Parts: sequence; structure tokens; C-alpha cells
Amino acid sequence: MGNVRVLVGTRKGAFVLHSDAKRERWDISGPHFAGWEIYHIKGSPVDPNRLYASQSSSWFGQVIQRSDDGGKTWYQPGTPPGESTTTPDGTPKGESNKFVYDTSSETGKPLTTHQWYDGTAHPWEFKRVWHLEPSLADPDLVYAGVEDAALFRSSDGGKSWQEVSGLRGHGTGSSWAPGAGGMCLHTILQDPRNSKRMYTAISSAGTFRTDDGGVTWKPVNRGLHSLYIPNPTAEVGHCVHRIAMHPSRPGVLYMQKHWDVMRSDDAGESWNEISGNLPTDFGFSIEVHAHEPDTIYVVPIKSDSEHFPPDGKLRVYRSRTGGNEWEALSKGLPQKDCYVNVLRDAMAVDALDSCGVYFGTTGGQVYASTDSGDSWAPIVRDLPPVFSVEVLTLP
Amino acid sequence: MIRVVLPAPLKKLARVEGEVTLDTKGQVTQRAILDALEARYPMLCGTIRDPVTHQRRAFVRFFACEQDWSHESPDTPLPAAIANGSEPFMVVGAIAGG
Repeated sequence: MGNVRVLVGTRKGAFVLHSDAKRERWDISGPHFAGWEIYHIKGSPVDPNRLYASQSSSWFGQVIQRSDDGGKTWYQPGTPPGESTTTPDGTPKGESNKFVYDTSSETGKPLTTHQWYDGTAHPWEFKRVWHLEPSLADPDLVYAGVEDAALFRSSDGGKSWQEVSGLRGHGTGSSWAPGAGGMCLHTILQDPRNSKRMYTAISSAGTFRTDDGGVTWKPVNRGLHSLYIPNPTAEVGHCVHRIAMHPSRPGVLYMQKHWDVMRSDDAGESWNEISGNLPTDFGFSIEVHAHEPDTIYVVPIKSDSEHFPPDGKLRVYRSRTGGNEWEALSKGLPQKDCYVNVLRDAMAVDALDSCGVYFGTTGGQVYASTDSGDSWAPIVRDLPPVFSVEVLTLP
Repeated sequence: MIRVVLPAPLKKLARVEGEVTLDTKGQVTQRAILDALEARYPMLCGTIRDPVTHQRRAFVRFFACEQDWSHESPDTPLPAAIANGSEPFMVVGAIAGG
């Protein structure tokens, strides 16, 4: 039968929800890290009790938290409860909060700069971790997507972090520029069939792929068309909001861009628009059904200036044909006076036989469907604004 | 013995209640206090000052003897009342809201 653990990151703390396979009654624990922004929490696919959380605040910066018991207790990696907080020689631990960009090995100076809003060169400045992606094979290996956009890697369970600097250093890094929401690396996808291949997506630079385990990267944005940049088909500069894949078909990628829903059938080498009959192709989240690689979900948002559903009706749209043909899913969702947003990391699926789909809103509700989206019900409401939703399907 | 008052979010992070007491070496300065604080509570590394540059985080202030020391050099000696523990060194989160 199995059961389900839902990890919810919000503007003012984290919540862990648990249910059996019926997914009708939910136990809720939290708020964990009350008062802090929790951009993302995610569990290891190989050890579902190993969770990583990004805890941050404008006052006190970035903190990484880890749980080894499914979210019952948390600690900063390197400083477990009861363990000495210093190494034998007296050196403080606490490296888990430190994200330091690589410098040039030749000059010792910053690896590169990026474009600032006024067109000048600007140094990379760490702000926060947007996304944590545990390895598919090793619970101690975890990747972090950060703002200003870069990829970091920890191979010791989050105790220390090193930049995967080939991403910024591949050649176009100096031309990346932040959008109004900053410049963040928010999506990290690992190819389950090829441990050397990984994708990242950056707002507002685009999608990038490595085929050699992160040493070198290349932009994979051909086919994207963005009217908000001087050259709408430029190699980089596209505001990709999220990408998703089904593990059984890792060469097929789905993308929710600032505007446009896109699909690639060749590992990002080229993209085609699949917005079809969506009421608006602006949005943030996109997700793939656990068992049907051609079934995808988006939540259309009215526009880039009006971050709420069209007509005040909260509707998930589902395509069972891999795009272009979409159906509105509204049963159980508010169909009047609803003006919430669904952010990029706030949708996820479980892997139970009848696939569950979950999403959280900036109004503090988390909705779930136990029938692939046909009907919905809130499993918790009145939380702080939801930043992220992740789901672990447990034995 | 130096007394340090932390803001509530950092007390929670460090798993302490009330004031923190520290011993410092040499002159009592902001830097000496923060070095000692981070050595004893490494989970606070990066939360009060940047972990690399040691620059004070923008929304964190340092108060001592009813004066704002936030813009003073981190190596300026603090008042004797801080050094002898009769007054606490206060780490304060800036007020936000309206």
C-alpha cells in the first residue's frame, strides 16, 4: 500500500504532512524553523528519511538543515545534537552555511561577472538556496541551486559545499542578467539512466546541460522565443520557470517558461511550443504524472504582471498527449474570487498506483488529488504562502 | 566574561535560552566577541556576518551601552562595561514592517 509524506516550504516555516495510501486524513507537523523562509525541502530518493531544507531570511542569511528521521528532528549538518561543535583542533564546524563562489585559479579573482540591471559587469553575490536536489544514488550527495545563479554540490551530507563552477564558466555566464525576481538557479534534473548528464534551469538565463558530470555545460535553449530580450531567439537570456522530466523517458523535457509551455524530445537540443489551447501560457510550475510520461500538469497564471489564475478560477490543466491538447481540472478547486499564485517548486506527484498530484498556493492552501487530477481537496489550508511542495512515497 | 544578547531566531538556532556568556582573548571588540560566539556556536556562522568577508549582515545591528556600534570598526575596543560583563553586547535584528 505505502504511504505519503508531503514536504511544504513556506514563507514562515516548514510543514511535514503524512498520510496513508488513502490520502484522506493527514497528520501535520510544524512549523519547523518558524519565522524563516523555507524555499525548498526535499528528501533523498534512496533514503526517504534523509531530508534537506533550505532555511533563509533577509536578516540572518542562509542556513542548511538536515533530518535523518523523516523530519521529526533537524540539525545543521556538521553540528548534530550532542556532538562537539568544534573539530579536535578547535576549528569551528558550521561550514554548512557557507556557499563561496569559485575564483580563477590563475588570478585568484572572481571567476566571472554577470550583467547588472544597468548593463555593467557585476560580481556574483550569494543570496540564498532556492532548490536542493539530492542525488538519485547517494543520500550524502546533494546539489543546491542558488541565487546569484550557480550550482553547488555537497558530497558529505550537506556539511560543506563546493561550486560546480563549469556552469558559470562555460562561456555565456558573463552575459547572464537577473530579471525582476533576481537571478536564481531553481531547477536541477538528474538523468536516471546517465549519471553524467544533468540539467539546470536559471531565471533568466535559460536551460543548461552537462554530459560529463558537471565539468562542462552548454546552453540548450534552441527553439525558445522570448519577446522580452533584444534577440528573441538568443542562445541565453530566456526566463525559464521550471523544467520537468519523467524518469522513464529522460530525453523528453517539459518546460514552463515565463510565457510559453515547451517540450524537447532530444534532451534539450531543440524545443517546440506545446501551449495549445491553454487559456494563458504564463505560469510557474509544471509536473509529469508518475506513471504516464505523456501526462503533464500546469497551472496557468494570467500574466507576468497579474500573478493569479484567469477569471479568479483556480484550475490545473492536464495534457494526456504530451502537450498541445489541454483539459481544465477544476473539481474541488475554488472557481470564483481566487487570486492566489502557484510558484515553480510548489507542485509534485506521488508514485502510488493511483497517482497523487499536489500543489501549494501563495494563499497557504495545499491541494491534493488522488485520481490524477480529476478531483481535488485541500489537505491543509491557511498556512503561510507556500513556496515549495515535494512528495515522498514511502514503503 | 562577556554577556551577549541574541535575537530570538538566533537563540533558537543555537539552542540557547537567555543571554550567552563568552570568554574572549585580548581586547574586547566586536570581532573578538563574534569570533568567540561562532567558535562556541558554529551554527551561527554566516547568520550575523558574512562567512567569508566577515562583513555585518545588512539587517543586523550591534548595540552596546545604549549606543549603536554597527558602523564602528570591528576592531574598535568596546566600552569597559561590555568587557567586564556589567552590560550585555546586543545583536539585534532590524525592525521590519509597518
